[in-house]
Amino acid sequence: MYWNREIETMERAALETLQLQRLQDTVLRVAQRVPFYQERFAAAGFTPDDLRSLADVRRLPFTTGADLRATYPAGLLAVPLDDAVRLHTSSGTTGKPKALYFSRQDVDHAAELIARCLVMSGMHAGDVLQNIMTYGLFTGALVMHYGAEKVGCLVIPAGPGNSERQLMLMQDFRTTAIHATPSYALYFADFLEKKGVDPRKELSLRRAFVGAEPYTEETRRKIEAALGLQVFNSYGLSEMNGPGVAFECPQQHGMHLWEDHFLLEIIHPETGDPVPDGEQGELVLTTLCREAMPLLRYRTRDITTVLPEPCACGRTHRRIQRIAGRSDDMLIARGVNFYPQQIESILMGMPALGRNYLIVLEGLDELTVKVELAEAGFDGQVEHLARLQSRIADSIRAELLVKPKVDLVPPGTLPVSEGKAKRVLDKRSL
Amino acid sequence: MNAVRLIAVFAENKPGQTARITRLLAEANINIRWATIANNGAFGVLKFLVDKPDAAFHQLKQNGVMVTFLEALAVEVQDRPGALHTVAEALAHHQINLDNTSGYVADRNRAILIVEVQDVARAATVLEQHKLHLLSQAEMLQA
Repeated sequence: MYWNREIETMERAALETLQLQRLQDTVLRVAQRVPFYQERFAAAGFTPDDLRSLADVRRLPFTTGADLRATYPAGLLAVPLDDAVRLHTSSGTTGKPKALYFSRQDVDHAAELIARCLVMSGMHAGDVLQNIMTYGLFTGALVMHYGAEKVGCLVIPAGPGNSERQLMLMQDFRTTAIHATPSYALYFADFLEKKGVDPRKELSLRRAFVGAEPYTEETRRKIEAALGLQVFNSYGLSEMNGPGVAFECPQQHGMHLWEDHFLLEIIHPETGDPVPDGEQGELVLTTLCREAMPLLRYRTRDITTVLPEPCACGRTHRRIQRIAGRSDDMLIARGVNFYPQQIESILMGMPALGRNYLIVLEGLDELTVKVELAEAGFDGQVEHLARLQSRIADSIRAELLVKPKVDLVPPGTLPVSEGKAKRVLDKRSL
Repeated sequence: MNAVRLIAVFAENKPGQTARITRLLAEANINIRWATIANNGAFGVLKFLVDKPDAAFHQLKQNGVMVTFLEALAVEVQDRPGALHTVAEALAHHQINLDNTSGYVADRNRAILIVEVQDVARAATVLEQHKLHLLSQAEMLQA
């Protein structure tokens, strides 16, 4: 099923021609209207005429999160403020947020991309989507909302938290799909288990659209098993509309990135040089259709890999692998670099363990992994737990080459936020 | 076969954690007849023999405590030199490993050993062959 068959299955050559036209148009517009880019172009000795092929995109300057913070609240508008109809902000953990403006056409485009994603997953008019993301300045909920309405779904703007009410809505309105963060999906699965609700028998859920935080394949399978549905990985960021940038098809193998709207590059996060297809690097995106606030070569900080080979679903837009981590999230302990997801992947693969964990860095580079025990992991014998603990430590050591201290803790001990989970606690004073 | 049911609790090894468990049991009017705590770094396992195991299990579970049942043998021996040895030797003779054992003197001349092994039924047979008395849950609670 396609929402826009012509675009979604377009021949690569035609798609690339379209990308080049749109890129040239975008660059011309920002060169005429956005002082920030005028200055950057001048500093780089670049003029829009230099852009003759897609490969020339490398001559353009990068745009970073810091650039967006520095231009808050005015933003990098390429249209008069009167033409902007929506504002979102993306909050960082430090400093000022980023102001992101949408024109009417931008709002509509964002919804169009979501419509493609939902229909790709098998959704259609008549489906009931319970949107468990935060409504507000964050793009996650609203962008999904508009797109699902476009498809003709009944959208329940539930927002996050209040699991009792989520459950009631699911029962009363026969919710068929949810949109949630992985940490909330896991939290809700736990909640149902404690309530003794069997989602397969008592709910009508068939799909979950899960994103906004990186998570692992093991976590996906855990959510699918616990909720009795199919999980589709969703990728987006507020700077690029929010959700709907890339999304999984029923193959569940990589996310199709809508290349008629975004030009994708994978670069080495330190050198900025392109990496060959199939190698991991930082995702860099350029908007191709953005009216109010075009962004050139935006450094997403998300680490992924392009899967260049054609997909069995027939879509020609290339896939990216699930986000391996954010380059901002990369941890270094005892001289070794790693992402929290590498640890998560090991923990989620062990049936004796629960769904909640915390990575603690303290003192002089001491790595401690606290993980909750699952019911299945407790038989009353302290020796078995000690053995489990060393097995976890050994598996992590094999993966990271750093041996952590592992603490098994009872379920419900680690802090759970109903929104984004806090997985890393860095208490080092280095 | 006479065996006794213990409840085992998984808890953090932190001040106040044991008190939390014992408070929950006291609130449900549960009498603890025997207890052990084994700590291993950040966590510990508490084991109890209580007068109302099902009620205790329920009370703990309801309050979000991780709890499970365990089967163990309660062996009655004389309070005299060599009593533990009789039990240990009988089991050793049949290649049965003692996982956890603790004992207490029940009255003037009787001691009770709580014995945890992998195969409870087999150990029970062996001990009974050695004319050792295994207490039932009911006897244990009177002891």
